[in-house]
Amino acid sequence: MHELSLIASCFDVLEERAREHGATRVVQVVLKVGVMSGVVPDLLESAFDMYKKGTIAGDARLEIVVVPVKLRCPDCGGEAVREDTDFSCAGCGSRRVEIVEGRDIVVERIELET
Amino acid sequence: MTVKTITVVRDLLATNKQAAAAIRVELRARGILCVNFLSSPGSGKTTLLEALAERFRGRCRMAVIEGDIETERDAERIRAKGVPAWQITTGGACHLEARMIGKVLGDVPAEIDFLFIENVGNLVCPASYDLGEDLRFVLLSSPEGDDKPAKYPQAFLSADVLVLTKADLLPYLPFDPARAAAEALSIKPGLKVFTVSALRGDGIDALADYLVEALERLRSARA
Repeated sequence: MHELSLIASCFDVLEERAREHGATRVVQVVLKVGVMSGVVPDLLESAFDMYKKGTIAGDARLEIVVVPVKLRCPDCGGEAVREDTDFSCAGCGSRRVEIVEGRDIVVERIELET
Repeated sequence: MTVKTITVVRDLLATNKQAAAAIRVELRARGILCVNFLSSPGSGKTTLLEALAERFRGRCRMAVIEGDIETERDAERIRAKGVPAWQITTGGACHLEARMIGKVLGDVPAEIDFLFIENVGNLVCPASYDLGEDLRFVLLSSPEGDDKPAKYPQAFLSADVLVLTKADLLPYLPFDPARAAAEALSIKPGLKVFTVSALRGDGIDALADYLVEALERLRSARA
C-alpha cells in the first residue's frame, strides 16, 4: 500500500519535466512496473486518479506497462523471461541467475502539451 | 498547441535508493553492521532482538531503530534490555524509508557494533525500500505457515537471511521448516537459513556468530 507515495514521486517528476519544457498540460504518462516491484497496477491507477486532480496532469491518462521478470545467467550467458517464481536458468538450470528486469517502477515517457 | 513525447526513464525509488546509499557509506565508514528486519506483524522481530541483546551483553554493542505505525512499545522493550533504541512511528505508513533512518542516524552512538532496524510489520511494502542496510533478514514464524515464501516472493527475494522463528511451537503445528526453507531458496538461491526459538534461546548462538562474522568481514574490508 505504498502506491500513493510512489505516485507522489511520479508527480514530482511530471512537474519538473513540464516546467523544463514549458508545458501547459501533461496528456499522458507511461509507467513501467515490474511484476516483482511489489506494487499493484490497479492501486497505482487509483492513486494516480486521486492525486492528479488540480495538478498539471489533471486530465492525464496513465498507461501502465507491466514488465515481466527477465533473468540473466552468468554461467551460460542466457537470458530468459520467467513467469513463475522459480528463479533458475531455463537454459542450464543454474541457480546463480541475476534479475535484470522486473523489479523497478519507472516513469518511461510522458506526453506534454506546450 | 503542440503535443510532444518526452522520454524520461526515471526510477520512482531513485530518491530512496540515493538516501540509502548515503546511509550505507556512512555506517560502513563507522564500522557498524546494519541489519534490516522484515516480517509480518507478530512473527517475533522484537523478541528476537531481545534475545540478541541478551546474547551480546558484555560482548558486542548494539542499537535498534524501531518502526511501527503507532506506539513506543517496541523501543521500550529494547531499552529495558539496556540497549539504546529509537522509535519511528509512521502514523499509518506501511514501511520505513531511508530518509526516516537518516534523520535518526546522527543520534546513534559512534561506538556500536550493530544497528538493527525493525521495519513496520508487513511482508509486502518494506521489501521495496532499501534502508542502507548491509544485511536484510526476513523472519517467518511457524504459526504463519510454511507456504508464505511463494505468496510474498518480493520479501524473500530481497533478503540475505531467512530466520524461521518460534521453533518451540513446531511440535503443535503442521509447519515444516525444510519445506519453508526449500521454497524460499527456490526464490532466492544462496539465502542463509536459521531456525530459532527466541523464547527458549535455541539457535541464537548460531545467529549471533553469523552476525559477528559479518561484522568482521565489513571491518576488514574497510581496513
